[in-house]
Amino acid sequence: MPFSAAPPASGEPSALSASLDNARHLSSLLRALHFQDHATCFATASGLRVTVEDAKCIQANAFIQAEIFQEFAVQEESVVFRINLSVLLDCLTIFGTSSLPGTSTALRMCYRGYGYPLMLFLEEGGVVTVCKINTQEPEELLDFDFCSTKVVNKIILQSEGLREAFAELDMTSEVLQITMSPDKPYFRLSTFGNAGSAHLDYPRDSDLMEAFHCNQTQTNRYKISLLKPSTKALALSCKVSIRTDAQGFLSLQYMIRNEDGQICFVEYYCCPDEDITEGEL
Amino acid sequence: MRFRAKIVDLACLNHFSRVVNTIARLARTCTLRLTVSKLYFILSDKVANGGVSMWCELCQGNFFDEFQMEGVAAEHNEIYLELVPENLSRALKTAQNAKAVKIKLTNKHCPCLRVAVELPSLSSSSRTVTHDIPVGVIPRRLWNDFREPSVPDFDVSIYLPVLKTMKSVVERMKNLSNVIVIEANLNGEMNLKIETDLVSVTTHFKDLGNPPWASEDGCQSSAQGRDLESMAEARIDIKKLQQLLAGQQVNPTKALCNIVSKRIVHFILLHEDVSLQYFIPALA
Repeated sequence: MPFSAAPPASGEPSALSASLDNARHLSSLLRALHFQDHATCFATASGLRVTVEDAKCIQANAFIQAEIFQEFAVQEESVVFRINLSVLLDCLTIFGTSSLPGTSTALRMCYRGYGYPLMLFLEEGGVVTVCKINTQEPEELLDFDFCSTKVVNKIILQSEGLREAFAELDMTSEVLQITMSPDKPYFRLSTFGNAGSAHLDYPRDSDLMEAFHCNQTQTNRYKISLLKPSTKALALSCKVSIRTDAQGFLSLQYMIRNEDGQICFVEYYCCPDEDITEGEL
Repeated sequence: MRFRAKIVDLACLNHFSRVVNTIARLARTCTLRLTVSKLYFILSDKVANGGVSMWCELCQGNFFDEFQMEGVAAEHNEIYLELVPENLSRALKTAQNAKAVKIKLTNKHCPCLRVAVELPSLSSSSRTVTHDIPVGVIPRRLWNDFREPSVPDFDVSIYLPVLKTMKSVVERMKNLSNVIVIEANLNGEMNLKIETDLVSVTTHFKDLGNPPWASEDGCQSSAQGRDLESMAEARIDIKKLQQLLAGQQVNPTKALCNIVSKRIVHFILLHEDVSLQYFIPALA
């Protein structure tokens, strides 16, 4: 799709250049991460990863593979920059967020390299918007060192089962307690709020449970204010995998199908708030 | 001074409500001018408004089934009232399914516009909801403050883009900046621009068309003899523009703006029965 306001051809190719027929494929995913103003963008030949962190305890990542884009080219091995996510989202949704059938905003992104701004070219209905967003020095990010070999407990649930539970979490509770066990209660979400404690159990043979691999009884608590933003990712997703490792670190992986049926992932990692051993349950 | 009017037709009532809702979003207080044939909602450019002014004109015959007015004097057969349009808007909200709405100027304890809404009722007697909206009567010596603004000697006149698109873009830009630059040329091109330390965003509209203004007295206006590509621009408060666009509940039949470079932007929105002019001054 031709852009009359396309970037003038310069001598060097951009470090990152990408185009997307439907900008919503990117903007809706990024909204699922939008709990802080800043995000770090990584681009490699495989695609784009956007990371948001808070309080040195929680990290959210969105992965958009190169195949989702109509064009995706990275000149260097990897391209990294930090950017204001609120500004980026306002630009990506400049023509509005309502999805009228048959209309979509086309997007072209260019990043010339270190120190340059991110250029966005958006087009809808013949109207073109050009955005120039300043980028910043990337900051060191947390490494949760979460790999499949260290996973102690894992379940995969259909998202519709969790949506209501997460939307109605008792926010007067400081923590969300997650219990995973090969025995009852199998999978339990608990809160301890002003009105009392609430427990929500999911039996292992529930229709919503797609996979259940729990080897050890673990109970961990996580700051509820940090996990609450993950509700947005849950709302978009069809499935979620919940995993913990021996230290009680939590990984939530959301499988999201976009309007064209393509799959993307959003991941949340969270540190436990305190350690509780089985004995203290 | 007397004024009484009545609307019976539901479509006219809804239309009138929509107009009042639009006015309420543009002005906290304004002047309502009543003549034999027309109603005007006027906001004159005071510093308190941020220098914006508004002139909205309706033909009473298109809205009211009955309309009787007697001005302050025979030679000055008009009434000027100061009111808070939000009060009128709220009163009309109760009239969504009304059988009739009567508006009357009263002066029991203080001048009021009495809006009596007759609602449908299952029993034989009808239900009426009455709202008394306090108004200020503006004396004749101050009427000169509310004269119709003249069309400025503009550099460029251009039709506005599809309002829905313009509204979305301006709403997003409002999150990014307090000031917006609106520029346009006689080649049907308009750009909306914001620029801050963090980000700059420009939206380009093309093929908008430029309205043909007949030159008066055959004298040259600033617009004539102007290079087609050359842009006239004005930096304005983005909130004022957003309020104007957000207030449009129905698509106008004609929407255009006149730009006096670095001075003022004059918006004209025409519907079948209503014309709205809105002036936003350029920032220093």
